[in-house]
Amino acid sequence: MSEDDERQESPPSDLEFSSNKARNYNATGSGSGQPEIQSPYSDQVLENVLENVLHFLTSRRDRNAASLVCKSWYRVEALTRSDLFIGNCYAVSPDRATTRFTRVRALHLKGKPRFADFNLMPRDWGAHFNPWVLSMAKAYPWLEKVYLKRMSVTDDDLAMLSESFTGFKELVLVCCDGFGTSGLAIFVSKCRQLRVLDLIESEVVDDETDWISCFPEAESHLESLIFDCVESPINFEALERLVARSPALKKLRLNQHVSIGQLYRLMIRAPQLTHLGTGSFSPSEVAGQGDQELDYVTAFAACKSLVCLSGFREIVPDYLPAMYPVCANLTSLNFSYANITAEQLKPIIRNCHKLQVFWVLDSICDEGLQAVAVTCKELRELRVFPFDAREDSDGPVSEVGLQAISEGCRKLQSILYFCQRMTNAAVIAMSQNCPDLVVFRLCIMGRHRADHVTGEAMDDGFGAIVKNCKKLTRLAVSGLLTDKAFDYIGRYGKLVRTLSVAFAGDSDMGLKYVLEGCPQLQKLEIRDSPFGDAALRSGLHHYYNMRFLWMSSCRLTRQGCQEIANAMPGLVIEVIRSSDEEEMDDSVETLYMYRSLEGPRKDAPKFVTIL
Amino acid sequence: MAFEKDLNLDATELRLGLPGTSEESEKQTSTSLRPNKRALPDMNEESVSSDSNVAAATKKSDQEIAPPAKAQVVGWPPIRSYRKNCLQQKKSEAEIGGIYVKVSMDGAPYLRKIDLKVYKGYPELLKALEDMFKFKVGEYSEREGYNGSEFVPTYEDKDGDWMLVGDVPWE
Repeated sequence: MSEDDERQESPPSDLEFSSNKARNYNATGSGSGQPEIQSPYSDQVLENVLENVLHFLTSRRDRNAASLVCKSWYRVEALTRSDLFIGNCYAVSPDRATTRFTRVRALHLKGKPRFADFNLMPRDWGAHFNPWVLSMAKAYPWLEKVYLKRMSVTDDDLAMLSESFTGFKELVLVCCDGFGTSGLAIFVSKCRQLRVLDLIESEVVDDETDWISCFPEAESHLESLIFDCVESPINFEALERLVARSPALKKLRLNQHVSIGQLYRLMIRAPQLTHLGTGSFSPSEVAGQGDQELDYVTAFAACKSLVCLSGFREIVPDYLPAMYPVCANLTSLNFSYANITAEQLKPIIRNCHKLQVFWVLDSICDEGLQAVAVTCKELRELRVFPFDAREDSDGPVSEVGLQAISEGCRKLQSILYFCQRMTNAAVIAMSQNCPDLVVFRLCIMGRHRADHVTGEAMDDGFGAIVKNCKKLTRLAVSGLLTDKAFDYIGRYGKLVRTLSVAFAGDSDMGLKYVLEGCPQLQKLEIRDSPFGDAALRSGLHHYYNMRFLWMSSCRLTRQGCQEIANAMPGLVIEVIRSSDEEEMDDSVETLYMYRSLEGPRKDAPKFVTIL
Repeated sequence: MAFEKDLNLDATELRLGLPGTSEESEKQTSTSLRPNKRALPDMNEESVSSDSNVAAATKKSDQEIAPPAKAQVVGWPPIRSYRKNCLQQKKSEAEIGGIYVKVSMDGAPYLRKIDLKVYKGYPELLKALEDMFKFKVGEYSEREGYNGSEFVPTYEDKDGDWMLVGDVPWE
């Protein structure tokens, strides 16, 4: 499961296009300053050797570095790059990418900025997959894998995907939209080699098409089928037959329309599963299905390879004991849709000694988190989501839970924690107890809320995090924060690549501290904070090193943004309005700014103005 | 007399009798009805007076003022709408009061509707029906059903069978 998976950032591969022109290369690329024997044969040998060696280079960062050595290395690296990652689909055009990299087998493409998930941007902003699939259909007929995040994908795109690439194997759509069940139907019917179809947190229109029945009748190669986000009912009999003819199936995540009785039938057909999303985990509403009488415990016990469990969309807690047999092996458990109490959690969690990833609702309260802290010593990632996501609701979890986790789960690397109240002391404790933290995202849901014990701002807590957690690369702040918090971040957050700010800071100084202090900053998203044009100017030296900057409901003016646009031609500066607003006054509601080799995009909707 | 399991609270349902026994279900909370548009600060209907969360449109003083926390702001807390909607449904199901069922009595000109949640057990329910329809229901015994009256309370279950009220535990 992945929400906002962080990928290793690397020096921008797109910027190398322009910087290469400024470089001095040796004609043969064989070294620096030595007299050359102009022998084409030795050049060829060298390139062949290089090609063979570079095949082994998989890290994006290493490849980008290698491509900068000289023209020869640039050429060979481009030939041998099989996995192409593009973090912003507008940073480079499909044609430019396919021209440089000619032998790509897998494409990883990201589109909209993350704040679009929270309705901060009108729909139809862009990030269309269509130009990419058209370009790749011509350039990469051997394409096998496509991974898209926050892209707009249409049914036609899915059809083209299935028709243009005969060996297509894997499609992963995360937070995407624009397609429906009829697109899925065409896609699965034509992709004969399909191994992976993962639909994660995507919006799928219900065209009332029975797409499950459209998988080819022959034995399938399916290894992973994830559709828990699909909100429409599916043809269960067809699914059962599909699972029966997919001997390689390892990952299966069902949607909430699959009852526990149906889950049982699937589990006994696929005991080899490693990843299971349980669907509703409640009995069917149709009377007489006899869901209550099935031996769920045995079904779970038969799944000896199960390491990752999720689902529980409409959980009836009486059925929880069925999962006891698998608890000891679980490394990943997602209860984030299960409204269960601490008492209901405890018998499960006390057996989950190997658990590394745990997503849960705050319905388990601080007490539930304490139980997690007692048992889950291997925990690496914790996410606590709010059942009642409003500012003024009661908060079942607090600093007590955070403190307990910090004391019990010393190996913690990543945390996302929603709460209503927090203290600096607990955050400081976590910074000291969990030195391996790479991701720290704390969301105190009440805006501008202070430490509820001392009444102070949360500056010191976050300051301790950036100071003590030396591996920290991703940070999200909340609560009452002054410019001092940003001073800390700028001073100590030297590895921070992603920063999320909301309702924080006093003045331009806050943003200045960050832009001047954080050399690794790649992604900065800010909302409702008092940062203006002067602060924006202070980042001019750094914007070409960043993937994007988002600022909404801050204090930017059109003039200030225009200055940036004039000073930095390699940036695209989008001013986004709410879609029904016609006026263009001086204040900028939303700024979305990113480096690009292509200049202003041609598919911008009416509510976007590119300066 | 017969019940029908009917959860359809159609406001346009025709009734000959007096209005007032059935209530509409609670309106959903405002957060779930929020249109999927980005609201500008001054368009945000719930925070007309509290502008302190919006820096752009106001000349905010440098001092931090804690705003009244009641206003719901677009996109805050930062939970994806997908997740919000899933959990919102669960909350609504828990909060909406009332299991309404239609009650008809042989010979009566019109039907009534009652909320089963209001009653704590069968005796209460039967008493309410007796008052509503002006009849007496008789003694209940497991062996013989209702003794001593022409009228017997029955209901239609999920399978479409007519069942005697009172055999199954109240919960």
